Amino acid sequence: MQATTRSFVANAKKAMADRNLRGALSKLTRGFPIKRLEAMARLPEFEALRDDAVAIKDHTLANLDAYLERYEEKARENGAHVHWATDGADARDIILNICRDAGAKTVTKGKSMITEEIGVNEYLEDNGIQPIETDLGEYIIQLRKEPPSHIIAPAIHLSKEQVADAFVAEHSEYAADRDLSEPRALLEEARAVLRRKFLAADVGITGANMLIAETGTSVIVTNEGNGDLTQTLPKTHIVVASIEKVVPTLEDATTILRILARSATGQEMSVYTTFSTGPKRPDDLDGPENYHVVILDNGRSGMLGGDFNDMLRCIKCGACLNHCPVYKAIGGHAYGWCYSGPMGAVLVPGLLGLAEAHDLPQASTFCGRCEDVCPMRIPLPRMLRSWRNQSFELAQGSPKSRAGLGIWAFMARRPGLYRPLMGLAVTVLGWFAAAVGKGRFSSLPLAGNWTAARDLPAPEGKTFVGQWKAGKR
Amino acid sequence: MAGRTGHCASMTDEAENTERTTGRHVGLFATCLVDLMRPSVGFAAARLLERAGYRVSVPESQTCCGQPAYNAGDQKDARAIAAHTIAAFEPFDYVIAPSGSCAAMIRVHYPRLFEDEPEYLKRSQALAEKTYELTSFLSDIAKTTEITAKYPAKATYHDACSGLREMAVRAQPRALLAGVSGLRLVEAEDGESCCGFGGLFSVKYPDISASMVDDKVDALLATGADVVLGGDLGCLINIAGRLKRRGASMDVRHVAEVLAGMTDDVPPIAGSKEKP
Repeated sequence: MQATTRSFVANAKKAMADRNLRGALSKLTRGFPIKRLEAMARLPEFEALRDDAVAIKDHTLANLDAYLERYEEKARENGAHVHWATDGADARDIILNICRDAGAKTVTKGKSMITEEIGVNEYLEDNGIQPIETDLGEYIIQLRKEPPSHIIAPAIHLSKEQVADAFVAEHSEYAADRDLSEPRALLEEARAVLRRKFLAADVGITGANMLIAETGTSVIVTNEGNGDLTQTLPKTHIVVASIEKVVPTLEDATTILRILARSATGQEMSVYTTFSTGPKRPDDLDGPENYHVVILDNGRSGMLGGDFNDMLRCIKCGACLNHCPVYKAIGGHAYGWCYSGPMGAVLVPGLLGLAEAHDLPQASTFCGRCEDVCPMRIPLPRMLRSWRNQSFELAQGSPKSRAGLGIWAFMARRPGLYRPLMGLAVTVLGWFAAAVGKGRFSSLPLAGNWTAARDLPAPEGKTFVGQWKAGKR
Repeated sequence: MAGRTGHCASMTDEAENTERTTGRHVGLFATCLVDLMRPSVGFAAARLLERAGYRVSVPESQTCCGQPAYNAGDQKDARAIAAHTIAAFEPFDYVIAPSGSCAAMIRVHYPRLFEDEPEYLKRSQALAEKTYELTSFLSDIAKTTEITAKYPAKATYHDACSGLREMAVRAQPRALLAGVSGLRLVEAEDGESCCGFGGLFSVKYPDISASMVDDKVDALLATGADVVLGGDLGCLINIAGRLKRRGASMDVRHVAEVLAGMTDDVPPIAGSKEKP
């Protein structure tokens, strides 16, 4: 997937002009937060569980090598093939080779952000293998050749009419004038189409919400059951997981599961929570004959122990997106890559490079709501700040605003200069405002960015410190 | 007025005041926005602190807390400005700012800025411990219960993000406002969401900021309140600016003006609805 992170500002502008999108975002950012609050209210120990989950992940990350090795050992004992991939290219090749060995023509896929991150679909297509997304949202955006706009609700930006259009364009086996006005009709059609794909697929690829070191198990949570069909029907199942997905024990996994869905959608649990421990055993009724796990680093080991270490606690619940006022204004696509919202603004510069994505950490008011709702208590604003520090060091961003800031900072530590100059400025503005007679400006030289959408309240005309010094009380 | 270093106080008054205000000397950090844009808020804050029995001084060397530099990633300048502010306010028993954002800058972020500089780390931590946002200081430390102000209005309160999340300011301004005669407080929907100001964010990403303040203004207007109050001038200037641009007849004021009973003397931010 071609990243458009560099054109963040233009992307955002375009997104804000899209009325359809604004309606969808408004619904999302009202719905999920309320459901989350209700779910929390039903679970008094929610805060304590958050603390436990943070402790589990912190401990795991501090001993990541040991737990990954333990996971690998157990998974191999269970009959899994474990592959290690340094980066996306590595992982894509491993996946392609497994698919080729399986003689695959079509591959079904469960919803997985990691395969979005490394562009598995395009790669398989380029090599003559047809990937089919089976999560409904992912299926829709695959038809539309779009990236996900939300990590757990990938097609949240679309209306049902847009989905109907995509189905009519793509599902040529149905009559073009069929009635797709009801969501139910869309669902049934997708179900029928996907059922055939499930049965025909040679390989199923899923991500993993967790890898359990104690048992060598991979876990996925889904709401549609598509993940189960993806991983049990084909002869070969490939799990793709990044290194930070490992947790030590089953008990630890269940702790995290208790906060995951509640934080994401406000559900107690997602509809399906599926544990996969190796290929089909002789007595099993179903399951894949070959079970592969691709464990991917893709830059994450470089985050360990540094400013962005805590980001590796992320369980991809999407709570930070659902509560982010910037995400609510612009949606996911404006961020220009597969991850969006606060977690994306921290993660993407790390994965694509800060030069590629330097706007993302800047486009935040540091309101802090993301950290507040993050089940893993990731200090997202602090990490955004860390990126900004690096950006400043690298002199990224507009030279004009940098120069302005420099002059201001120079004055701010020289009161002998600051006082008279600022005093003069507010006096002049105060006079001007008095002449206009409104107590505010609707436009002002150098303040165009402010006054495009807002009036600028006029200063009262004298500084507080100056008046206080003169004896006014 | 009693309690200040006042030139008009007699020797006896001075001695009594010193006695009464020992350990109660407040350095008022007006914040750059109040200093430059709306001095009335500074006077209101001083009045409230003096009424609560504190001696108030306004160090002349104060400028800005340094957030613009800090938020732009310019740590060197942020440190220099922080060091300047530390020196200006160290002598006081308390540092009070009529802003959760600037108070949080000192209380939460100054020590982070000096993580690798032991001497300044100590000094910044010492300053942090005695720095408070105005309403939380009045409520939690000064234990102010008596508010003499009258303000007959239906009001809603905007919680500024830094105050809310970094300084736990939420109940305190509401408790104080409950003592204002004639004032009725109603809550806006999604009250904990950001207004889109964010300092330089509002000029760096004006479109996104405008979209955010529009959502905020929609929620505030839906309350049917006459006025929106808040504890941070940055948010209030943003909200007032958008309200006026939309031609809405809702006033905007800093909470300190209301608590200090100054609403008859000072027009609302960005002018009154009576004089569009």
